[in-house]
Amino acid sequence: MKVGIVSYGGYIPRYRITPKDIGAVWGSDGEAMGRALNIRSKSIPAPDEDVITISVEAARAAMAKVEIDPTDIGAIYVGSESHPYAVKPTATVVAEAIGAAPVLTAADFEFACKAGTAAIQTCMGLTLSKMYRYGLAIGADTSQGAPGDALEYSASAGGAAIVIGTEGVVADIDHTISYTTDTPDFWRREGQRYPSHGGRFTGEPAYFKHVLSCAQLLFKRAGTKPEDYDYAVFHQPNGKFPVRAGKQLGFKEGQLDKGLLVRDIGNTYSGAILLGLAAILDVADPGDRIFAVGYGSGAGSDGFDITVTEEIRRLKRAGPSIQDMIQDAKFVDYATYAKFRGKIHLGEAAA
Amino acid sequence: MRDVAIIGVGETPFGELWERSFRDLGIEAGLKAIQDAKIGSDDIDAVYIGNMSAGKFIDQEHVAALVADYAGLADRHLPTVRVEGGGACGALALFQARLAIASGMYDIVVVGGAEKMTDVGDVQAAEILAGTADQEWESVFGATFAGLYAMMARRHMHEYGTRREHLAAVAVKNHKNGSLNPNAQFQREITMETVLQAPWVAEPLGLFDCAPLSDGAAAVVLCAMERARSFTDAPIRILGSGQASDFLALHDRRSLTAMDATTEAGARALKQAKLAPKDVQVAEVHDNFTITEILAIEDLGFVEKGKGGPATLDGVTALNGKVSVNPSGGLKARGQPVGATGVAQAVEIVRQLRGEAGKRQVVGAKHGLTHTLGGTGATAVVHIFGRAD
Repeated sequence: MKVGIVSYGGYIPRYRITPKDIGAVWGSDGEAMGRALNIRSKSIPAPDEDVITISVEAARAAMAKVEIDPTDIGAIYVGSESHPYAVKPTATVVAEAIGAAPVLTAADFEFACKAGTAAIQTCMGLTLSKMYRYGLAIGADTSQGAPGDALEYSASAGGAAIVIGTEGVVADIDHTISYTTDTPDFWRREGQRYPSHGGRFTGEPAYFKHVLSCAQLLFKRAGTKPEDYDYAVFHQPNGKFPVRAGKQLGFKEGQLDKGLLVRDIGNTYSGAILLGLAAILDVADPGDRIFAVGYGSGAGSDGFDITVTEEIRRLKRAGPSIQDMIQDAKFVDYATYAKFRGKIHLGEAAA
Repeated sequence: MRDVAIIGVGETPFGELWERSFRDLGIEAGLKAIQDAKIGSDDIDAVYIGNMSAGKFIDQEHVAALVADYAGLADRHLPTVRVEGGGACGALALFQARLAIASGMYDIVVVGGAEKMTDVGDVQAAEILAGTADQEWESVFGATFAGLYAMMARRHMHEYGTRREHLAAVAVKNHKNGSLNPNAQFQREITMETVLQAPWVAEPLGLFDCAPLSDGAAAVVLCAMERARSFTDAPIRILGSGQASDFLALHDRRSLTAMDATTEAGARALKQAKLAPKDVQVAEVHDNFTITEILAIEDLGFVEKGKGGPATLDGVTALNGKVSVNPSGGLKARGQPVGATGVAQAVEIVRQLRGEAGKRQVVGAKHGLTHTLGGTGATAVVHIFGRAD
């Protein structure tokens, strides 16, 4: 029996801002920053959007592609580092919104940017063991970057939902493996509004060490090599890291291109690798193989060896594709962005 | 005063050594130097350590006893000394150790320099470095190190017509030298265009005008000359050492475009060595910023005041030029673990004088010089070395 992806859906807020506009406010060369990060623009959630609305949109998009009774979904896990509530789950709202409640288990996950892939692995175990028929794994974020911090150029919003099961599988997950250490490269304490990070420490000893180690373990477990894959997708905190990691592993640009969304929408954190995977599934054909390695600070990587099946032809493609959502962009200036993100302190109006 | 020689040298690679600790680095450099000197631990009379700010970088003070302990010397109960003088601390440790041997107090002293800078974020590291400027009159008002050196560069441009290309030539040369040094943090050549197009750090200093933050350690073994030949056939003699200080704050100095401490320290060392600048073939000078190297080669008398920029652009200070300056890559390319700097400079000069510098060997090097600064030039230390044959 094989476990895998039964359906998927994504959501990207339509508002965008350019690095140039961000840099202009802080007296920095935003265009140079954009080039350095390989980011042209980043997505911004509207004032009424948060991880709950993004998760619901993504889950609805996933459910719209298939004829699944939502009550057959026995587990919903939402991975994020920007859940609207510190106490009260996002997952229960999603469950109600798609009609999966009340006979199911639900919880919120946190593992920096890889909580969504952790949710996939959990759902794989639960459905493979027949504990539940389907599981819904979501990764979504409205990520925070302190005003003026380097993170502000990339931290964006978006998410994707993946239905996991053993029936009607459109993409087999042939192998998965994780690589986890205690590496404090990026963190946010309870009550803190913006995260802290270790600057250049987030690169070599954090992202690259975990992504590359996990990828090598996955090659070994799957008995594969880069040329066996049609697509490769990695966690994408900026446009440079995933390309460098991919090339270091032996992948070519053509394999990396379809899943590399960060250049247009920025770093959607927990949503990033799942949205990249969703964009690939939008265009993949039966038999295509996908190599996916996520990354979460703190730190760990989850790797997936995926093969697309004939079932993918049966998905209903009524809604917008991930590329459609990327193209449907409305650019705003920094003032609007600051207002949307609650960065403007609203005092009481004078009488 | 007894003659003193260096009989052993060692260093770690320099760079962002995330997986290495301060003590780990200190021990590696020390053991390499001891092995190079072919001495045993019983031969060591004292340990001197140059370290700028382990207390702030890694929350560890008392690092001289620490290094001796982790080098396996604790049960010998040796005298251990930590020396601090901003960026000059490694060179000062060497200076003090030389005096201790010259006085007859000790025969063999291990001198180490080490800094572990990447355990803190880069903003915090810059603040710690700024602590070697005047805290009450400079740093507290927001002056960064780059900002203070930028003022010197700006004034040098104004007074002598120095251009950004002249500053950039220092970075291009030192990266080229660094590409020949397997222990350097940056082993890649850069072009003039890269330097000129880099984002500003503090105008007119761009990203490539500034030395990096680094982890690393270096060590040398000093020995009374009269015993040196029992350990090595090629002892490198310390011919002269000069140290000088100046006003701590930049605005109190006589000039923004000359470092009097460098001039004084250089003159004292050369006088002791009975040498002139023209007798020096190879020099490791303080280049935490590109302007610093230009000021150094002027103040040390290698080139005329105001001509440091064009001289660098013309290759006067290139490898095997008139005087080879920073063949190791300097602070700019070899890296800048602050406490290690002065000792690492001595390691490079010893290798050059022994003829062991590989691809970056200065042909016919007889006399070598190290120049190390603390703060923005309130401390300067110059050592002059020569082969003992």
